[in-house]
This record gives sequence, structure tokens and C-alpha cells, in this order.
Amino acid sequence: MSASEPILRLRGINKLFGQLHVLKDVSLEVERGRTVVVIGPSGSGKSTLLRCANLLESVHSGAIEFDGREITHLGREAFKARREIGMVFQNFELFAHLTALENIMLAPLRVQGMTTDEAAVEARALLNKVRMPEKADFYPDELSGGQQQRVAIARALAMKPKMMLYDEPTSALDPEMIKEVLDVIQELAREGMTGIVVTHEMAFARRVADRVVFMEEGEIRDNAPAADFFGGTSSARAKRFLNQILRH
Amino acid sequence: MDKFSLILHYFLSPRFVWGAALTLWITLVSLFFGILVGLLIALLQESRRRSLHALAIAYLWLFRGTPALFQIIFVFNVLPQFGITLSNFSSGVVALALNEGAYMAEIIRSGLQAVGRGQRTAARALGMQEWQVMRYVVLPQALRIIVPPTGNQFIGMLKLSALVSTVAVEDLLLVANQAASANFRYLEALSAAGIYYLMFTTLFMLVQARIEDWASGNRRRRARRTTLVERLLGATGGPGRVR
Repeated sequence: MSASEPILRLRGINKLFGQLHVLKDVSLEVERGRTVVVIGPSGSGKSTLLRCANLLESVHSGAIEFDGREITHLGREAFKARREIGMVFQNFELFAHLTALENIMLAPLRVQGMTTDEAAVEARALLNKVRMPEKADFYPDELSGGQQQRVAIARALAMKPKMMLYDEPTSALDPEMIKEVLDVIQELAREGMTGIVVTHEMAFARRVADRVVFMEEGEIRDNAPAADFFGGTSSARAKRFLNQILRH
Repeated sequence: MDKFSLILHYFLSPRFVWGAALTLWITLVSLFFGILVGLLIALLQESRRRSLHALAIAYLWLFRGTPALFQIIFVFNVLPQFGITLSNFSSGVVALALNEGAYMAEIIRSGLQAVGRGQRTAARALGMQEWQVMRYVVLPQALRIIVPPTGNQFIGMLKLSALVSTVAVEDLLLVANQAASANFRYLEALSAAGIYYLMFTTLFMLVQARIEDWASGNRRRRARRTTLVERLLGATGGPGRVR
């Protein structure tokens, strides 16, 4: 299969919360091995877009295709699709009753039926990968925000996902911890992990993005190769948004 | 017989031992079914269906708004008119369990609610099915919050169980009362019963302390331990309560 074949294809997605039209006819393709960065003002539907992509939210209309399969209407079988899509949250959401190592092991043990030994070996390797092997036996509330987020990334990777979704992974972090998390995400991207990153970190977006999507009021206003987007071909509205963020 | 030998005599007599055992049994059975009822009511309360939610509220209103003693006498005397005739023992246990359910519901609900929505979302995102989310992520965390106050409920139930003596269940209190009314040695008979009650509550408080150690996690926690005196006086603001 060619590198440019889309692994995720969203077609004409509409999502409503009550009267609120959160996603309006959103279409997006993510190619295998590429990183798409989604930017836009808060409330523009970025997070909802991610949550629809792995079926945490149902859509009102439109189609979601993942890895060559239509998954829009899996219903109670949605968990099967989610096993192939990793997700990282703004507030980390590590399981508070488990150590870092146990957090990473939980899904391989319970969902994939791995043995404890296998799962532990893989979990330690993942902790190495996110550069914190010494924190295996720490509980989430004993770790810094940046460390928690790196464990959360390792936890998602433990399911060997074909794609990663990052929902504002550094928005809840103190400035000095942002880099350690972004470095891990960038390294994964370089290794060929497909990803969608919702972020406000523009310098990071420049470094890591293959494409940039600008969203506003539930619509995709811009969807361009990163070089073009940052090179000045973005829409006037996107430019204004960028200026606001950069001056900030 | 002098006072102390008579207390000892009562304490070791088969009737008192049996009465004490029955008190313990009533406590355990009532609490067990009370927890099941509480779980049901807690889930109904969480239900999005308005009718189910209303049902739960009505239940709480009824059982928290009337005395437990009233409920026991009601079950024993009124239900037979509707064709439901229960033995004395069953009447007592049913009433106590229904009453306990109203209180356990609140404890269970606060435990389930204490586990943030984000934790469930994260579990789902890993590909867990709903029962796995409950079993491996929500319940282990909720239990740590639910178990310690349930220990208090156990002690409360032990004391509440004395109410069943009013419908002629031969529990510890009724046995003591009967023994005393035969010879008017109230001090001795009630002392013997009192020792049993104190024995049970003290023993359970010790067990509860162990359970709370577990509940606060097998982790390097520097939590202050609740002393036995604080437990006896019900002044437990320390570990084990909602973290």
C-alpha cells in the first residue's frame, strides 16, 4: 500500500449537541504515517472532531472510514475500532488506582489477553520510550503533569494503535513541561505514527505537521500542507488567528 | 450469686450466646441485602429515565423520612393484610434491609460519582467494553470510597438490630430483657448484653481500621491514622473518608 493512502477518511460529518451544531459537514482525510495538526479557537469543534473519529461521540450524519473499513455505525461494537486508535487527553486521565506501569499494562492484559509477564515487559519498554523508566511504580498523583501525560501516551501506545489522537495534550501543563511531551509526540511522528494533534503550540505545529487544518464554528476553513499554511497561503481568518496566538 | 458471677453466668449462658449470635446474623443479613438494595437505588438514581429516577427519590423519601422502628412494625403488622406474611425474623430483616438500602444508596452513589467521567472515557478509548470499564476502572476506585463508610453502617446496623426485639425476635436485647424481668436483676442481664455489643463494635472497629488501610491504597501514603477513640466517638475525618 502506498504511503499516501488515507487511513482515516471523514466524509460530511455533522454533529449536534441539542440545538448546537458543533460539526458542520466536516470532511477530512489523514494519510498513513502523516501528522495532521488541527488548530482553531476554542469551541470550534476540534475536540469533538477527534471524539467522533474514534466513536466516543456518535455522529448525526456522514461517514467515518478507518483502515479501509466503514466504522460509522458500529454501535455496541465501537470498542473494536477504538482498540486500533490511541487517544491522549488534555487532563491525562491516568487511572488513579494504578501505578504508571499498571496503567500501561491494563488494556493489553484485559483487552488483548496478554500474560502479565508479556505486558510488563512491553510496558517497561514503552516507559523507556517516553523517557521515564524510573517511574514505573509511581502512582499518577506522585507524577508531574508532564510525566503523567507521557505515561498516558505510553498507555495508548500499548494497544499498538494504527493512529494516535492527541486532544490538546499540553494545554493543562506548566510551560516547562510542555517540551518533554511534545518531544515524545514528535519522535513518534518521525517514526511514522499517524496522528491528529489538536494544539495551540504553533512552533510545534510547524515542526511536526504535514498538514494543518484550521477550524472555526464547526467548519474546516483551511486544510493545507503545513509549508503552504505557514508560508502564507492560509485564509485571512486563519492568519488573524495565527497572529492572535503568536502575539500572545 | 454476686453481681459479677451473675453477669458472667448470663454472658456464658446458651440463651445469651444464641441471642448474641442472632444479633450478629441479623446485622450481617440486613446489611448484605441493604447493600444490594442500595446498589439498585443508586443505579436508578443515576438513570437517565425520569420515571426511574423519580422512583428512587420516592424510595429515599419514604425510608429516610420515617423511623426504622416504624418500618419494622409496619412490615410485621401491615403487610399481612396484603397477604404478605413474614416470620418475625424475616419482618425485622426485610425492614432493616429496606431502611439500610436508603442510606447505602447515597454512599454507593457518591462512590460512583467520585470516579470522574474522564476516567471512563479514557478506558473506552483504550477499547474496553462497558463491563470492563466498570470492572477494571470504575469499581476499583469507587470501592475505596464506598468501603470505609460501609464499615460505619455495619456498626450502626448492629445497634439498629436491637429494634427487632419489638416484634419478638429473640435477639440479644430481648433475651436480656426477658432474663431480667424474671428476677429483676436488670443491671446484671443488661450488662451481659452490653458487653456483647461492645465486644462486637470494638472488634469490628479494629477490622475496619485494617480495611481502611487497604482502601487508602497499598501505597506510600502518609495519611494520619484514626485512633480507636476517634472511631468510638464517630469522629472519623481522617483517611478512608472521601479522598
